[in-house]
Amino acid sequence: MRTAQPGLVQTVLAPIVFGVAVILLWQGLVTGLAIKAFILPAPFAIGAEFAGNLNNVAGGMAVTGRNSLIGLVIGALIGIALAIVAALARLLDEMAAPIVAALSVVPIVALAPVLYTMFGAGAETARQLVAALAVFVPVYFNTLKGLRQVRPVDRDLMRAYAVTSWQATRAVTLPTALPFVFTGLRIASSLAVISALIAEYFGGPVGGLGKSITSAASSSNYGLAWAYVLGSIILGLAFYCAALIVEKLVTRRSGG
Amino acid sequence: MTTTTSFAVDVPAVNVHGVSRIFAARKGPGVTALDDVSLTVAPGEFVSLIGPSGCGKSTLLRLIADLDVPTSGRIEVFGKPARQARIDQDYGIAFQQAGLLPWRTVAGNIELPLELHGVGKAARRRRAAELIALVGLSDFAAHFPDQLSGGMQQRVAIARSLAESPSLLLMDEPFGALDEMTRERMQNELVRICAETQAAVVFVTHSIPEAVFLSNRVVVLEPRPGRIRSIVSVGLGAPSGRGEDLREDEGFFRSLSEVRDLLHGDEAAGASPAGARGVETR
Amino acid sequence: MRRDAHVHPRLRGGLFGLAGLVLLALIWELYKALGPVDGVVIGTLTVLPRTTDLAMPHLWVMFDRLFEPVTGAASALPLWQAVSQGSLFTLGIAAVGWLVGVTVGLALALLMQRFRLAESAILPWIILSQTVPLIAIAPLVRRWGAQIQFGDFTWESWMSVALIASYLAFFPVSIGALRGLASPDANHVDLMHCYAVGWWKTLWRLRLPASVGYLLPALRLAAVSAVVGSVVAEVSIGLRGGIGRLIVEYAGAAGNDPGKPWAPIFGSILVGLVAAGFVGLIGLFLRRFRRGEASA
Repeated sequence: MRTAQPGLVQTVLAPIVFGVAVILLWQGLVTGLAIKAFILPAPFAIGAEFAGNLNNVAGGMAVTGRNSLIGLVIGALIGIALAIVAALARLLDEMAAPIVAALSVVPIVALAPVLYTMFGAGAETARQLVAALAVFVPVYFNTLKGLRQVRPVDRDLMRAYAVTSWQATRAVTLPTALPFVFTGLRIASSLAVISALIAEYFGGPVGGLGKSITSAASSSNYGLAWAYVLGSIILGLAFYCAALIVEKLVTRRSGG
Repeated sequence: MTTTTSFAVDVPAVNVHGVSRIFAARKGPGVTALDDVSLTVAPGEFVSLIGPSGCGKSTLLRLIADLDVPTSGRIEVFGKPARQARIDQDYGIAFQQAGLLPWRTVAGNIELPLELHGVGKAARRRRAAELIALVGLSDFAAHFPDQLSGGMQQRVAIARSLAESPSLLLMDEPFGALDEMTRERMQNELVRICAETQAAVVFVTHSIPEAVFLSNRVVVLEPRPGRIRSIVSVGLGAPSGRGEDLREDEGFFRSLSEVRDLLHGDEAAGASPAGARGVETR
Repeated sequence: MRRDAHVHPRLRGGLFGLAGLVLLALIWELYKALGPVDGVVIGTLTVLPRTTDLAMPHLWVMFDRLFEPVTGAASALPLWQAVSQGSLFTLGIAAVGWLVGVTVGLALALLMQRFRLAESAILPWIILSQTVPLIAIAPLVRRWGAQIQFGDFTWESWMSVALIASYLAFFPVSIGALRGLASPDANHVDLMHCYAVGWWKTLWRLRLPASVGYLLPALRLAAVSAVVGSVVAEVSIGLRGGIGRLIVEYAGAAGNDPGKPWAPIFGSILVGLVAAGFVGLIGLFLRRFRRGEASA
């Protein structure tokens, strides 16, 4: 029976030991079985390539990171705004619900090629839009969920005060919904990076991580390609951690 | 005499001997939920455990059910260690929450323990039908728990606890979540069922009238640390003879005030002002 | 009472959804009619798209194009048929990826449910693995095809695609299943303990049925992720025959055939909807396990 709470040692040490073991096993397998680099390079080799091409990788991270960030901001703003409108106006909610539900189950990145045509294949706009669309879905859903969490007693109170629905939204609904918004943002932060990156596989200008990975791979420079992958992992982690920290700060301040 | 005669009449249904249970805390010495408690329940006897919150009445029940292990002391059920009694399915159990599986019908829920212990389908069906009739839910056998009222759900849970005809029933505030009227009706039914099945019962409650109405003996516990303060013999006659009119009986009121005085004793003495919190004295 | 209260809620949802779609179409055509030809440009940045027929074809152009042949060649299939074939191909790969991902996800969840230590060691890595764009490795498994061989078994390119799909699919399943397996009340777990049944029986009779409510959304998410993974991996691995490949291929035709690139996009939307609908169907069969928790 699992009853006891795991101790600090177990929660911190176990994943670290597991991670180190996997990396060592990986290294051992690659060298031991003489697996060729184009199938899977050894982790230490990837690390060396990463260190050796730090400038290029950092440049790619800057391009993709900027696209992700712009997409995140646009998508989040639109998602929050539409969710507020949907929470206030039932008609819009009912019209948007099936579309957003559909949007959440279709591969948004498939839109990348036509977006390149619409905004110009030389600009990063299409990628930012793909990221924004991907971000929009979880932010909209979570915000709407949060806006519907208002306790009946608070709603009755607002009704009794006879305030307008906008005043009620600001005084009661938004503070209640805030933790949910940030949960949505945390999910969206990872999605923004992933979407901006894979949009690069569908065309557009060079310079980002995704394009760099494909071009390194097609010139058989697998170590370098993996170094770019490592760069995108770091970028993804940075976005996620930033969102997590903001979420923790906000929810702690609002006493959530 | 050999040990094979251990099922002689004088083997108690439950024998709690010098049991303590201390819950370890992250800091400090831990909480003593039970301190050196001893108690014997005879076969067929109805014993209630009553006391304020934190007196360890539920802990004691969980120890008898082997859902928890005593820090020290020894518990025997029908002469065997509690663990063995659990494995042998010597008792049936019901909790405050009915705890029915929502995806099983009334009949399916009652059949669950039989199914888990490999009883054949036909025998299972028969037994479940019997028990459903016993708790008066024959029209609801194919209903799902969410279609039943709280009282009906609790009746299903009691039927389930009786499925394997145990000689001992452990009940942890089974009527605690019911409204007063349903509760009295359920008490009457429990008295009738006990008379029919001849099972011994250990019954945790925080309602004084409930304890007095149902029990042969009422065990009054006190909190921090959990100890037995006193045991009141109710002496209202055999369960079979109990009926609704008993609630108006003079002996009933006498025992009621005796238990009440015991529960409030420390309050009068000023030893623990919060002593009787959580006990309904209605 | 509201006047329209008698309308079935699902029908109502459908009607409003349709209205939403029409609204979207109207915005498209309205912007195309009124917007500046070169789009709205601030500085050097295009913030609203160009409205030329090439950049924003009329909706009826996209629609009509579906029924014309793919190319000028005499043997060419109608576009909608080619797209349907590609969609089915991708759906098949996504299904394989989904199955593998669901199996792995469930196995991991069971392992973590059984052993606390496994949960401590693996769970942070599972969560971490999904916060990072590991799908970036898709172009790197391209060379796996034909390079990996065990006896009669040859690794084929579509397996690489399915592998990527399964990688994206396993995460929601493992998290959802873990949460679901831990969802039974303490009461129910106690009851099973009282019945003296082991871990496997408890799993089968209690934990698995109780997890259905958590598992279904996870399976749906996994299906969607598998489709996204397949489409992206097809593009980056360069596998022919699927919808992802068509998206890139037809995008090249946008210059003189603006309706064409939209066809595979509609196809991919359809694939996503079918995948999610399939999981909805599973949910229909498991209806009894989703009954509201007994108020007990």
